[in-house]
Amino acid sequence: MPMLEVKDLRVHFHTDDGIVKAVDGVSYSLDRGRALGIVGESGSGKSVSSLTVMGLTRFSKTVEISGEILLDGKDLLKASDEEMRRLRGNEISMIFQDPLSSLHPFYKVGDQLVEAVRAHRDVSKAQARDRAIEMLGLVGIPEPRKRVDAYPHEFSGGMRQRAMVAMALSNDPKLLIADEPTTALDVTVQAQILDLLRRLQTELDTAIVMITHDLGVVAEVSDDIAVMYAGRIVERADKETIFAAPEHPYTWGLLKSIPRLDGPRDEELVPIPGRPPSLITPPSGCAFHPRCPYARETHKTIEPVLEPVAGRPDHQVACLLPSDVRRRLWAALKAGEKPAEAVAAVGIPGLPAEGTPATEELQP
Amino acid sequence: MLSYIVRRLLWMVLLLIVISFLTFMIFYLLPSADPAVLRAGKQPSPELIKVIREQLGLDKPWYVQYWKYLDRLAFHFDFGTSYQNQVSVKSQIFDRAPATAGLAIGGAIVWLLIGIPIGIISAVKRGKLADRLAMGGALVLISAPVYWLGLVSLYLFSKGIGVWGVFDGAGTYPNDGSNLFNSPFTVAPTLFLPWLVLAASFAAIYARFLRGNLLEVMSEDYIRTARAKGLPERTVIFRHGLRSAITPIVTILGLDLGILLGGAILTESVFNIPGIGRLAVDSIQKSDLPTIQGTVIMGAFFIILLNLLVDVLYAFLDPRVRY
Repeated sequence: MPMLEVKDLRVHFHTDDGIVKAVDGVSYSLDRGRALGIVGESGSGKSVSSLTVMGLTRFSKTVEISGEILLDGKDLLKASDEEMRRLRGNEISMIFQDPLSSLHPFYKVGDQLVEAVRAHRDVSKAQARDRAIEMLGLVGIPEPRKRVDAYPHEFSGGMRQRAMVAMALSNDPKLLIADEPTTALDVTVQAQILDLLRRLQTELDTAIVMITHDLGVVAEVSDDIAVMYAGRIVERADKETIFAAPEHPYTWGLLKSIPRLDGPRDEELVPIPGRPPSLITPPSGCAFHPRCPYARETHKTIEPVLEPVAGRPDHQVACLLPSDVRRRLWAALKAGEKPAEAVAAVGIPGLPAEGTPATEELQP
Repeated sequence: MLSYIVRRLLWMVLLLIVISFLTFMIFYLLPSADPAVLRAGKQPSPELIKVIREQLGLDKPWYVQYWKYLDRLAFHFDFGTSYQNQVSVKSQIFDRAPATAGLAIGGAIVWLLIGIPIGIISAVKRGKLADRLAMGGALVLISAPVYWLGLVSLYLFSKGIGVWGVFDGAGTYPNDGSNLFNSPFTVAPTLFLPWLVLAASFAAIYARFLRGNLLEVMSEDYIRTARAKGLPERTVIFRHGLRSAITPIVTILGLDLGILLGGAILTESVFNIPGIGRLAVDSIQKSDLPTIQGTVIMGAFFIILLNLLVDVLYAFLDPRVRY
């Protein structure tokens, strides 16, 4: 049995403008000690789905949540507020994007760690403080005995995020959710934090859900990758497969829009055209069709389902293109062809969808 | 820190000189009645007025008058004597300061005790009935003028004329020199109603202010962290939310207290409390420049001083603030 199993999770927010379907049917599972990377643009629902696993979206008064979140078989969506509180920071913890705003500016870092320990363990302040110092040392903060009495603003960005990691891990959680943990940090510090997470994951056998928009970050940390678009998972596979043989046009777009050191020097980056879709009135059919250079007219009406790729049960994709067409398109793209050239070379059956990049000039 | 305080104190001196100069100039540029004529009584002879004018130094050019005033104030801490009764302005102000201080400080305690809990409840029960009632009531109290509220409260609650005579009414504040600080048990009852009236609008403002602050703070990232740690919601609200939301209250409390210590003019007038505010009103009516000057300078002094205290206090409340 997987440690964490999310089944058909839907998180909808009722707003004045309509219902925001932030997460709209997400399913995934995660085994003990594994790391899953959830990749997507802002607004793809990657953060909201994880905040819901933490039980933090239930503080919103306008939220409506359905589906199942099973942690070791227990449905967290059915748990009471008090039960969830006891799980948070204890069995599941989370670190956030901006470590400066995520730490309380008025309290010492050590005191904030002590608070986290004492929220779940019946220990004295002195014992909790020892634990805080131990954790600060573990995450690589120099002179933890001295630093424990510093305020967050006296730390550097990287140290703050280390302190957040220390806080999140102080109760030995089974699952650590990291929501864009390196986005607000310098590149060199990013690498240190990712190293730290990787090291702690193996040392402490913690499962990690890494949420990011940065494929470089997931490449560093994750075993598996789920790509989210408009509140759904559109592709899921192990890391190697996602980078070597992705099957979803959105994943291709993500891969082609990051520069690669091993690519040819004159390789052009291809941005994904258009903007993220509205979550109140998502596009009909395949939600990606308005931005998809390969969309067919029928894709505007048929909703794709996340299903295993032929012959590879662990690689799932939600795309309406035939599998062999997808593989040939990716081969063409990989060879450096632009989407329009790839379409011409491969020849996709069906009419191109009107009003999408498939029929319009792709170059900006 | 120390050099910062010294710098601020020097600024305060400069500011007080500017303020005294401005008051002086306003008095000269916008002449009201001639103080000498007022002093001389009914149907005075021109000679008498001339004598009085010389006595008060009013025959000298304004800059000589101002210089003499400043000289006395700076080197002898002497505010001069009243044009009206030759009593030293300093002793008048010092006699009346305890009444104003008792009113202002007691009022502040009342409005904090009322405003803060209501602000918290409103924020936590946002949009619920309790919140709507509290914020609606607050709006009424903010809109109600103090003198109107004072008269209505006297009409309703004061002994003697009130519909329900529960509190001491206007003019019960003792004139025998006893005040809240030397005889609290006799003076406090006479101040209950003034405290409530003075505190009403402040409590309403503080409740709304705190509610807004707390709601804003509760959407901060560190509140999400506090919840993610698994802290009980009560701890999240009080230790993490309120701690941040209440800090700006210190700022406005300092400002409000500073203003009130210089004289709660309306409340003192309605309830006939012999405080600095009443002194200021009386002296303005009588064109009594030295007393006006004295009350204005004292008022400015309290405002500047309380501001300084707030800024110093902030360094202790917010570890990020350093001077």
